[in-house]
Amino acid sequence: MAFSVPANLEAEITELISHYPQKRSASLMILHAVQEHFGWISQEAVEWIAARLELQPINVYELVTFYPMFRREPAGKHVVKVCRTLSCALGGSHELHGHVCQKLGLDAHAHGLQTTADGKFSVEFVECLASCGTAPVMMCNEDFHQAVTAAKADEILGKCA
Amino acid sequence: MSAPVATEPKPAPPAVETLKVKVDGLEIAVPKTMPDPLTGKPVPTTMIQACTLARTDVPHYCYHPKLPVAGNCRMCLVEFGTPAMGPDRKPVLNPDGTPKIAKSPRPAIACATPISPGMEIYTTTPGVKAMREGVLEFLLINHPLDCPICDQAGECKLQEYSVDYGQATSRFVEPKVHKPKQVDLGPRIVLDDERCILCTRCIRFTKDIAGDDALGIVNRGSYNTLSAYPGKAFDNNYTLNTVDLCPVGALTSKDFRFQMRVWFLKETKSVCTSCATGCNIVIGAREEKVYRYEPRENDAVNSSWMCDSGRLNYKWIGAENRLTEIRRQNPGAGGEKITWTTAAKEIADRLLAAKPGTVAIVASARQTNEELFLLSQLAKKLNALTDSVPRIQIGDKLLLSADRNPNSNGAKLTGIAPAQLGSNLRKIAEGIGKGTIKTLLVFGEDVTRHGIGADLLAKLDTLVASEILPNQTTKLAHYVLPGCAHAEKRGTFTNGKGRVQKFMKAVEPRGDARPEGEFLHELVAAVNGNPGFTSIEGLFNWMAREIPAFNGLTWGGLGDTGVTIVLPS
Repeated sequence: MAFSVPANLEAEITELISHYPQKRSASLMILHAVQEHFGWISQEAVEWIAARLELQPINVYELVTFYPMFRREPAGKHVVKVCRTLSCALGGSHELHGHVCQKLGLDAHAHGLQTTADGKFSVEFVECLASCGTAPVMMCNEDFHQAVTAAKADEILGKCA
Repeated sequence: MSAPVATEPKPAPPAVETLKVKVDGLEIAVPKTMPDPLTGKPVPTTMIQACTLARTDVPHYCYHPKLPVAGNCRMCLVEFGTPAMGPDRKPVLNPDGTPKIAKSPRPAIACATPISPGMEIYTTTPGVKAMREGVLEFLLINHPLDCPICDQAGECKLQEYSVDYGQATSRFVEPKVHKPKQVDLGPRIVLDDERCILCTRCIRFTKDIAGDDALGIVNRGSYNTLSAYPGKAFDNNYTLNTVDLCPVGALTSKDFRFQMRVWFLKETKSVCTSCATGCNIVIGAREEKVYRYEPRENDAVNSSWMCDSGRLNYKWIGAENRLTEIRRQNPGAGGEKITWTTAAKEIADRLLAAKPGTVAIVASARQTNEELFLLSQLAKKLNALTDSVPRIQIGDKLLLSADRNPNSNGAKLTGIAPAQLGSNLRKIAEGIGKGTIKTLLVFGEDVTRHGIGADLLAKLDTLVASEILPNQTTKLAHYVLPGCAHAEKRGTFTNGKGRVQKFMKAVEPRGDARPEGEFLHELVAAVNGNPGFTSIEGLFNWMAREIPAFNGLTWGGLGDTGVTIVLPS
């Protein structure tokens, strides 16, 4: 299936490009817009953006791979982010992350976003989620959970339908 | 040298202001600006350039004088100081009247820091040594240390600097980051990402010099990986230059990979013969076999680069079917092996017996100036019609010339070829057809593919073919003379812009093959009665006296990088 961009996204991208004296400066904003719309950034999307900005695909691909928040594959229905930065690490986030991964059958030592085979869950071990006082913290989609124990994590995952 | 020889038609460089800096205590005057490697516009001189001018080596990986500065490897860190200024903005002086130097508390990367008047650069301090050791240790933490199977071993900057600044053992106890191995980057390049030190020389070269923005660094931090865009091959005609540029063994040539240890190669200065640009090259050979061509720096011709098609065009030198015997043939009825002496005598006798005007010569514009000159001496004596074969294809903007003959200008200047190469070929064909041309000497061409077919060749009384590889013409010739590749002899070519460049012998000729110039020397001596010169030096200098455009040139005066002559318009 050829990659196509709906009219409203196309209009948004045109608007974004107009904000900058050089087209390429809009790269990151366009990547955000595309990920917002599709949920991830496909190789076709990279090529489409590069053509739109008169760049080579490698230039856009470098950006997409540099930032872990840009996804190169669709994430699961529920995205769990476990904080790995200092306070949470001291508060037991590595154990929490290991527990979540084990429960979902994922490899806790693998790099980057991991998704279960059924596409239901994705787990990411991320940098600071900005709640150091209540470590360890994790997010499930847009919901923020503080002082998460293994039992609490099981409960949160259990509630995900 | 006698008359002054025309040099590069460059405008005289404008007088550049100099400033004085000290490199490890040695004071030198350095131009305030130097040309930018890409645009040629004057840009402030950097510390590493000043160190180069002071003949002080500063270790570096990412810096390359022909590429834009990236400043990412940190290997060229040096300490420096500048004249101290008092509150009155006047230099503070030492008691002995010399300016007091305020040493910078921080080091600077020599490749990207401009010099300033009175600056002192220190490259040998304990601090600098410690920095180099530190940088090198970091560069090596994820390195596979697989030198025994690495093609770069022997010409690897990691190895060289490890000798100077490396540790005998690694202090790194953590697991190494693993990256892609044996990445098929393109049709001619294999990449080992674990060896890569991310200097980005290849990225800058292909983007800024070759004009193909094909490579980039993907992922982040210690996962940084040199890559082409997934699914897109790194395939332009200059990709192999990235293998030369790669300071480590990350980018390897598929052609040269695992073929030969570089320290076994004998290196010979030569010139590429694949087009009229005449890129300067180094031939790497061992035991009479050519293993690789590499570009040799010549700013008047090819900078430090060469194209992939020219670089890989050497296999024919070692081809199995090379002509190795001097043969007297009766086309269609077999032939026999003879000696050079017999061949020279019999061919000379036939030429002397031929009526003036009944001899024609087709000589290749792939031959050397000296060979073409000797043939022109024969032609003059025999009043022969002569020509060469044109090879015009599509060129590019960087190095590849549309003229794929290395020596079209040599053919024209020696009078072998008319101004329009190939315009006499038809006359020769007609002459043979009408029977007015009875003898044809062919050097380095298959004339059956250029309008003089087998039917016409069959009408000749004498057909002499000097060739490297067998072809239709050698099959039909009465005398077959095995010739030499340029790598097997010495000589000069005149490139498309009129630069006369010499090349040296890298390997021995095959079998009985012999430099064409040697045989032609004997033939010319027999036919003209002119003893000529047996040495290439004497022959070249004789030619330089005889041919107006070459006047004033000498073999020795050509140097390694040649001399540009004024081509007659």
